[in-house]
Amino acid sequence: MSDKKTESKKEKYREVAYYPGCALEGTGHAYNRSTKALGKKLGLKLKEVENWNCCGAMEVKNIDPKLQTYLSSRVMSIAANTMKMDVVMAPCNGCYHNLKKAEYDLANDDKSREVVNRLSQKAGHETYQAGQVETIHALDWVKEAIGEEGLKERVKNSLKGIKIANYYGCMYTRPRHIFPEKDQGPGSESTSRPHFMDDLLDAAGATSVDFPLKTACCGGAHTLSDSDTSTRLVANILRTAEAAGAEVIATECPTCHSGLEMHQIRAEKTLGIKTNVKIIYFTQLLGMALGLKPKQVGLHENVSDSFDFVKKKGLA
Amino acid sequence: MTTLAEIGVRLDELIARPPAPGDAGELLALGEQALEQWVIARGKEPTPDQREGFRLLALHHQGAEKDPSFNACRETCRELVYHYNLLTLQPDDPESDQHARMMGWVANHLFLFISGKLETEKLGDFCCASKPLRETVDANPVAQ
Repeated sequence: MSDKKTESKKEKYREVAYYPGCALEGTGHAYNRSTKALGKKLGLKLKEVENWNCCGAMEVKNIDPKLQTYLSSRVMSIAANTMKMDVVMAPCNGCYHNLKKAEYDLANDDKSREVVNRLSQKAGHETYQAGQVETIHALDWVKEAIGEEGLKERVKNSLKGIKIANYYGCMYTRPRHIFPEKDQGPGSESTSRPHFMDDLLDAAGATSVDFPLKTACCGGAHTLSDSDTSTRLVANILRTAEAAGAEVIATECPTCHSGLEMHQIRAEKTLGIKTNVKIIYFTQLLGMALGLKPKQVGLHENVSDSFDFVKKKGLA
Repeated sequence: MTTLAEIGVRLDELIARPPAPGDAGELLALGEQALEQWVIARGKEPTPDQREGFRLLALHHQGAEKDPSFNACRETCRELVYHYNLLTLQPDDPESDQHARMMGWVANHLFLFISGKLETEKLGDFCCASKPLRETVDANPVAQ
């Protein structure tokens, strides 16, 4: 990527519309807390999308995909037309995926444009037009606005000595066609072997291990309807991470994160498979590396207990 | 034809050992056999073709036809091929033992994904790109 483009993104991402989504108000609250704390520490401004709604997640999308497109478009419309923002940052993989999918559908599908226009008029807000905002993930936000060199300069408690398996989950890169900015050569994210989280955590001193299940399915969508399948898939991910030498699995999706935590416990109870690998959001790890206390990044809100681990590693 | 249960038992044996670089061919074949089970369950004949030099990738492609949710195992299949290539093209690499162990876990993940998906088939397709469970309800209200 050219220096000019890098500089323009750096500036553009310094103040973004923040779309936390439903999960970050519930099971993923630690991710919400740590994202905000990290942004503040890095001097990046987050302006929460006013009166935001559900992105349509899995439930609405399964029943009526065009209704999901509308719901996601409303979030982008508020950011663009009411708040006059250029960038929406969504830390949740599900929200990020759905906003990108809506963007793609509105740029390429007449029927989607027609439905979104009709529902927007009915709801009494401006119709979102494709291209009005850029949707990014929390990984893009830190990677582009601060970068590895910027992080290195700010590290107070190095993650040195911590071996990490970076788990991106399935929705961050899939399907490829809704992420046109990825797979664009050096500097861009890869859909087959994503590396932004590896880059950031390595810059903070950690060692990312070679982990072959970075984007493998964790069974998140079936965590309630078929818990046994989810438990078996998660147990395999956790065991693979340990076999790869990892002490921590870093996450960047609230659904994956809570699935890994809950099925780690369930795998021990129902399958007798005990794993010790810690499950921590990348924003929590970066926050602690920058000198934030574990509670400031919501470590106490995780289901799994990693306090002793972070203390041992000199992060608390 | 190898059953899904037999594939699972063999993978458990290999992982417990753990797998050695010489097991690369068998691990790849177990992945193909798991994919064959999925293709057959959907009423098709498993393809003998190859994509990018691998039947595994052709079988995955066939399994994902009209079912984009099956692409949730696309990278798992590609990782299996990647590890096979590492082990067969660079057999003397000092990391070969670790690559073989990783290949075992990747093959196991593909097996678990497919067996789970087959189990839940009657509940609707797996994953977030799934067809709505409602479709069955709407189509057959009396049975509910």
